[in-house]
Amino acid sequence: MSNDLPQSPAADAPAPQGSPAQANVVLDDAAIRRALARISHELIERNEDLSSLYLVAVPNGGVPLARELAKNLRELGDVDVTVGILDTTLYRDDLVGRGERPRLRRTEMPSVVDERVVVLVDDVASTGRTIRAAMDALMDFGRPRSVQVVALVDRGHRELPIRIDYVGKNIPTHATDNVLLEGEGGDLDGPLRVVVVTPSRTGRDGA
Amino acid sequence: MIATDLIGIEDLECADIELILETAERMQELGERAVKKVPTLRGRTIVNLFFEASTRTRTSFEIAGKRLSADVINFSTSGSSLSKHESILDTARTLDAMQPDLVVVRHHVAGVPKRIADELDSPVINAGDGWHEHPTQALLDMLTVKQEKGRVDGLTVAIVGDISHSRVARSNIYGFLKMGAEVRVAGPPTMLPPGIETLGVKAFTSMREALDGADVVMALRIQLERLSGSLFPSVREYSDTFGLSRATLRYAKDDAIVMHPGPVNRGVELSHDLADHRPSVILDQVRNGVALRMACLYLLAGRERAIDPAVRS
Amino acid sequence: MSRLLLRGGRLLDPASGRDETGDLLVEDGVIVAVDRKINTRGAEVLDCEGKWICPGFVDLHTHLREPGQEYKEDIASGGRSAVAGGFTSVACMANTQPVNDDPAMTDYILDRARQDSPARVYPVAAATKGLAGEVMTEMSALVDAGAVAFSDDGKTIMDSGVMRRVLEYSKLVGRPVMTHAEDRTLVADGVVNEGPVSTRLGLPGNPAVAETVHVSRDIMLAELTGAHLHVAHVSTAGAVAEIRAARERGVHVTAEVSPHHLTLTDESTSGYDTNTKMAPPLRSAEDVRACRVGLADGTLDAIATDHAPHAVHEKEVEFTAAPPGIIGFETAYAVVMAVVREDDLPPLELVRRLSTEPARILGINAGTLAVGAPADITLVDPTRRWTYDPTKGYSKSRNSPWAGCELEGRVEVTIVGGRLVFHTDRGVLAP
Repeated sequence: MSNDLPQSPAADAPAPQGSPAQANVVLDDAAIRRALARISHELIERNEDLSSLYLVAVPNGGVPLARELAKNLRELGDVDVTVGILDTTLYRDDLVGRGERPRLRRTEMPSVVDERVVVLVDDVASTGRTIRAAMDALMDFGRPRSVQVVALVDRGHRELPIRIDYVGKNIPTHATDNVLLEGEGGDLDGPLRVVVVTPSRTGRDGA
Repeated sequence: MIATDLIGIEDLECADIELILETAERMQELGERAVKKVPTLRGRTIVNLFFEASTRTRTSFEIAGKRLSADVINFSTSGSSLSKHESILDTARTLDAMQPDLVVVRHHVAGVPKRIADELDSPVINAGDGWHEHPTQALLDMLTVKQEKGRVDGLTVAIVGDISHSRVARSNIYGFLKMGAEVRVAGPPTMLPPGIETLGVKAFTSMREALDGADVVMALRIQLERLSGSLFPSVREYSDTFGLSRATLRYAKDDAIVMHPGPVNRGVELSHDLADHRPSVILDQVRNGVALRMACLYLLAGRERAIDPAVRS
Repeated sequence: MSRLLLRGGRLLDPASGRDETGDLLVEDGVIVAVDRKINTRGAEVLDCEGKWICPGFVDLHTHLREPGQEYKEDIASGGRSAVAGGFTSVACMANTQPVNDDPAMTDYILDRARQDSPARVYPVAAATKGLAGEVMTEMSALVDAGAVAFSDDGKTIMDSGVMRRVLEYSKLVGRPVMTHAEDRTLVADGVVNEGPVSTRLGLPGNPAVAETVHVSRDIMLAELTGAHLHVAHVSTAGAVAEIRAARERGVHVTAEVSPHHLTLTDESTSGYDTNTKMAPPLRSAEDVRACRVGLADGTLDAIATDHAPHAVHEKEVEFTAAPPGIIGFETAYAVVMAVVREDDLPPLELVRRLSTEPARILGINAGTLAVGAPADITLVDPTRRWTYDPTKGYSKSRNSPWAGCELEGRVEVTIVGGRLVFHTDRGVLAP
């Protein structure tokens, strides 16, 4: 699941049982690294003062991506960019609903955000609600000079007027598809991949 | 969370306690931000229903609710329902008609929060009932220990004082046992309730034996009005036999910490110097109280009785 | 001339030891024949196949609340609830408002009972004026007015000197003194049995020894004075042992036990339901066991409900503030049937403790199916299952721990003085 807000409050729940789903790998580790390398170049192009950049990852998927971007910027631009982690759960707009509360994730903001160019890093952008929540959270830390957004995958279905500044890959999806960044070995510290999980529609189509 | 309400630690699973502590640790980070308030419970109403005077706990819940943007209403009343000619359940029904999203209840008699929870649609958090339980206190105590010691499992915790009349003792006994600690209680025989061993603790009347090798020593507040119930002969004799000082603390481990749910009777259950300085962590307990209660409010507000079986399965 | 034939039931008459299937004929309010087969014409016939025909149950410990607390119960509603539970005679305690410590009050209660109650009512007068435990009542005048026993029930006579004089003086009238045996200083604020349960619940404990100590004292005083001591609502193993030992050495002591102390333990209080708050409190499983043994061996002579109605709003309060006690008439028989099923208590013995023994203790003409006896008869179905709903009962109050419980064994018909006063399908029929 992306960090975009799901329709149901059961955020971390696995795909529903009983509906056989098909998973296709749309980006493998090498493709992800190529996309991030390109985005790193774009960041350097578009930002004159690289030392003011502050990469803020939206957990969990944004964290390894932000680290990779920071590594690239060190190599390409010879600059140590601050990396932070910002959990957006408490700012979600679906908490008015009833039911189980999603687990909170760690927030680590090592520097003040005032006068910094904050780059929010997310794995999959969709409705735009997570970015909205992340921007609100960010404002509670201070007053950044500007905010830009990186998403490894933009799958469309925007519900808010949010623009993604740096996109790794545009992947058109069905609204019921699930787009996930996962670790090949299970955790996000090793090789990564992006999969599109398509729920079986045979029953519905009567095919 | 298995339940809609937080009535006692006795009802919690180990996983519930871990979830609450983990959530509280996340909440602690909010206290370091420029703006300490998050919009999570915007538009929700939390009622602090306090039948027993309590500035500390009520304030802690109030700050917790406000940091989550809830509207917090304090409803304080003292005396029994008999003196008001209104039954407890009538009070509960009146409240329910106002549709709060969560109710925090404190009462001087055991069992009232449970009776109210049985009557209300909204979730109920017990903020202390008589001598029964004070779950948020025990949870913040466990959080404090976890942060001091890095773990709870395998520690030895000694609780000293009036165990009979202490809800803090009962909740901590359940909590620390569930989290894998050894729990001992110590106090004058008149303050050790019958059958306390059935809860899984060892009971002592000697400080030396109770504290031997302890990692955590928790002193309880002595209610001076217990003197009239002839549970102990004098304050001086109590502090001589069960008061915690640097001298008695030597029985415990070298790195043992000292805890107290407050407010401290200085010079009675704790010596002055212990109350203020390390290894006492009393102010950390207070600080952790806000984050812990934010965690409980966050996890419970919005819970519904009707969905309970589904959640359980 | 009215004639009623009870046909083909299991006749259980503890007074004669009869336990066999047969018929019973009532004529003008009196039992006129009991036999295996009675052939008669012109009698109304009640088919009793599969049912027990028992002498009417006698409850020697009830609270009818009139005068003074008619919002909880009155003699009419209490009497109706009694016959719905198979009780044809009930003794009502003196803690009314005002207290029944005066012949005029005894007279008043009996007068109300004659007008309003389908069950026979026998007043128990106070042992001390105002239940204050200080000055004894006019026992002779009270007995003349109709009192059958003396008790400060609900309160304990703590002053040993006063209790000694009360017992001594009671020999003048030859009536029992019923003791509510709880040492108040040991009970203190206790509201549940002291032990692991009170510790877990965080409620003040009432130790079992509070009862045992007091029973011991009263037995010693009964031994000293030679009076008839009756111990109300025994709840502890210690008290059972004390009573058993006293009996063996010839002390005139009788005792009763309630259905709840025979079947419920302090674990029932785990949900803080104030309908599990009693005085004395529900005790441990060992105490329940000891009470059952005592019931089986006769140490505990009688089963008495301690029917104690309280209004709903009075029970919807803090556990410590709630008044103790539960209603008990309509569930008593079904509840104690558990002892018959689980402990193989012979049905004849159960009926003895519900009818014959309490009648003997009170010295009233009841508790037998003998020819010539008043036709006070209770017909029960020992296996019928039903779900108890106190809101559909006859008491004005609903404070019962068995609300919503499925029970086994049901009172079918109650006859008082030859009149059908309760039928399970038709409800209470009189007065």
